[in-house]
Amino acid sequence: MSDLLLEMRKLRVEARGADGATNAIVNNLDLKLARGEVLGLIGESGAGKSTIGLAAMAYARSGCKITGGEIIFDGSDLMLQDADVLREMRGVRAAYIAQSAAASFNPAKRLNRQVCEVAVRHGVMDEDAAVARAIELYEKLDLPDPRNIGRRYPHQVSGGQLQRVMSAMAMTCGPDLLVLDEPTTALDVTTQIEVLATVRDLIRQNNNAALYITHDLAVVAQIADRVMVLRYGELVEEGPTDKILNDPDEAYTKELVSAREAVIKPRVQVALPDNPVIAIRNVTASYDGKVDVLKNVDVVIGKGETVAIVGESGSGKSTLARVVTGLLPPREGHVEFQGKRLSQALKQRSRDDLRRIQMIYQMPDVAMNPRQSVAEIIGRPLTFYFGLTGRKRDERVRELLAQIDMDPVFAERLPGQLSGGQKQRVCIARALAAEPDIIICDEVTSALDQVVAAGILKLLDRLQKETDIAYMFITHDLGIVKNIAERTVVMYQGDVVEQGSTVDIFTPPQKEDYTRKLIASVPEMRTDWLDEVLRERGDLFEIDAKAHT
Amino acid sequence: MLNLLLRRLALGVMTLWVVSVIIFIGTEILPGDVATAILGQSATEENTAAIREQLGLNRPPHERYVAWLGAFLQGDLGMSLTSRRPITDQIGFRLENTLLLAGLAALIAVPLAICLGLVAAIKQGTIFDRGISISTLLTISVPEFFIGYVLIFFVAVQWRWLPSMSSVNTRMDIWDKLPLLILPALTLTLVTVAHMMRMTRAAVLSVMNSPYIEMAELKGIRNWRIVVQHALPNVLSPIINVVILNLAYLVVGVVVVEVVFTYEGLGKYMVDAVSKRDVPVVQACGLIFAMVYVGLNMTADILAILANPRLRHPK
Repeated sequence: MSDLLLEMRKLRVEARGADGATNAIVNNLDLKLARGEVLGLIGESGAGKSTIGLAAMAYARSGCKITGGEIIFDGSDLMLQDADVLREMRGVRAAYIAQSAAASFNPAKRLNRQVCEVAVRHGVMDEDAAVARAIELYEKLDLPDPRNIGRRYPHQVSGGQLQRVMSAMAMTCGPDLLVLDEPTTALDVTTQIEVLATVRDLIRQNNNAALYITHDLAVVAQIADRVMVLRYGELVEEGPTDKILNDPDEAYTKELVSAREAVIKPRVQVALPDNPVIAIRNVTASYDGKVDVLKNVDVVIGKGETVAIVGESGSGKSTLARVVTGLLPPREGHVEFQGKRLSQALKQRSRDDLRRIQMIYQMPDVAMNPRQSVAEIIGRPLTFYFGLTGRKRDERVRELLAQIDMDPVFAERLPGQLSGGQKQRVCIARALAAEPDIIICDEVTSALDQVVAAGILKLLDRLQKETDIAYMFITHDLGIVKNIAERTVVMYQGDVVEQGSTVDIFTPPQKEDYTRKLIASVPEMRTDWLDEVLRERGDLFEIDAKAHT
Repeated sequence: MLNLLLRRLALGVMTLWVVSVIIFIGTEILPGDVATAILGQSATEENTAAIREQLGLNRPPHERYVAWLGAFLQGDLGMSLTSRRPITDQIGFRLENTLLLAGLAALIAVPLAICLGLVAAIKQGTIFDRGISISTLLTISVPEFFIGYVLIFFVAVQWRWLPSMSSVNTRMDIWDKLPLLILPALTLTLVTVAHMMRMTRAAVLSVMNSPYIEMAELKGIRNWRIVVQHALPNVLSPIINVVILNLAYLVVGVVVVEVVFTYEGLGKYMVDAVSKRDVPVVQACGLIFAMVYVGLNMTADILAILANPRLRHPK
């Protein structure tokens, strides 16, 4: 490996817990990065990817400390440098691009102030030169109105644009090293493509070295020359991207590669159900009475059926869930439950109506009371709907835990003592406790790693087979839809673009341009996917350009 | 945003109106009769009836309330029962004194508190930080009259640098008053600094773990600059709220300090009126205090709305 830019030797980073005990989140890690090379760091959350990325800039988050090893950047060991030298290097020679641009931009300052700050504060250029440089970068990154976009505040710019502004910020001083920490994870699939493409072009044009951190193998496949697979802060496997994708050596890597492809539902044609559990009839809804966020939506869901509602953020899919649950009374139209018209508003619905429609949310952390034990969380609907108490309730809680493949000892644990996947399982058990006819799953796997998410999807499928429950499955991840849903509803800005059997929707050629674009945007596990999509994009991506202006 | 501001304004006016009703009812149901209180020994039945007639006390309460509020709005605060002179003439000088003292105290306390809070946040966990925290906690924990007397004991009695009494009169101009104001202003400063300083420190530290601060650190920005330029603008509204709350306290809560230093301000005027059962004066002072309080709190809310870039610059 010639022209080495960054080398880590036996890196060790420790975190100090609330009880004062330390544990290693990165242990004994060796890493080499040549100039102009892009190295992908892959792994689930908690694998230590971000920690390694930050360590490349000799930075550790609060509560963490780099306790051992060497970090050799361009020939000098950063561990031996004092704070001022490190500060001068950060932002100038090594720059960081974070996962959420919305969170990483200071909401109280205009974009240009933040973009130019790096160059100005390090004395690389004066304010005017920095602004000129920023505008040049905005132009290069295809941002609309490059002269003026920097005068806006972060909240006045869309998520995808903000992510590109952050790339511009990282590039102002022409750094040797870029650390990209899940730069596209928070974006919709269609936006992800644009950002992915601009980031890749940027790296190629400037011949930067980059550490690309992500949990999505399909994304890293498009951009990295080499991949390191990490788990529990240690290296699992390392190799050229093609080798890792197509011929991994380690069992864990194989599991990661196959997680996305887990096929659960047979791919067959399905007819509309005759006696739907839920029928959404001609619903138009609005939050402020002026702008309709749902327009004439008609969706039916039959017994034991999974219907996926897909679309980008702002398409109205979560609003649809709010209408079904009664949280948002529709402006026009109504919702039928087993042929009977449901009251529009939550307060007028009977307890039995409430029991039959349950919800599972995206963030299991915030959907549970952190001070209640698992038994209390699952037991609450048992008492509320069925009047179960004491031993009977405990017994039922144990049954439900068994149903979600969790040991009875978990009954006494608090949510904070569970992993992300376990938390989501408890939320599923809580929904099941009400013995509902339909469960609305709102992005239930989006916050989970792929391997864990696949487990949750398999569990939901098994429960459906056992209890004949119906799912309204809201997601922006089309990759999983084709494997779990009988029927699919595609939404765009409050309209149903098309709906039908999942096989029909996913089998080319797609009838609707928008559906085609959405499906084409799901990253695939091959290194030439992005180039292919970009070649084909043509008219399809015009829709997106309109949506963002 | 204009809508939001107007709504807040309307809410403030309504609060004031409710307060005026409460003040009126409160003073009405006080035990004892004003007429007998004025007459004292000579309260024969005829005299009392005559006074009641003269003061309009025989009219039903709601009529008197409307008349009182109407006159108040036109700047007529009524007659003092004890001095038999218009309250408006007496109150001007005192209100001016109170505002002068509060203003001077605020001028010292607010910048001092915010600077100390920022320094404590920048040097978080150091001896310096702890020193500031502990000493300000100490001053907030003891009552203000105690601080006042301690200051009088040392500065005025032992060292004889400043007078212990802050008696001012109408013939003094502001430069004559200033030396007299130092001790009471210092007392008020010591009492209010802790609250504002601790809030500044806590508010700044509360955002120091957010991603945009981490981003600033990774851009290689100096620590003090991160605190002042990146953290502070985002926590202005809680700080503004506490600062204004303390400003309101400086005006309304000075009663004790004015009495300790025998300073002729609005607070002392009201305390004197209460002991003499001078109901119109109590009502007038109460309503003025309420106006200051409600007005300042409204200002705090409006400033907090203005400090939010999302409201200032909608999409």
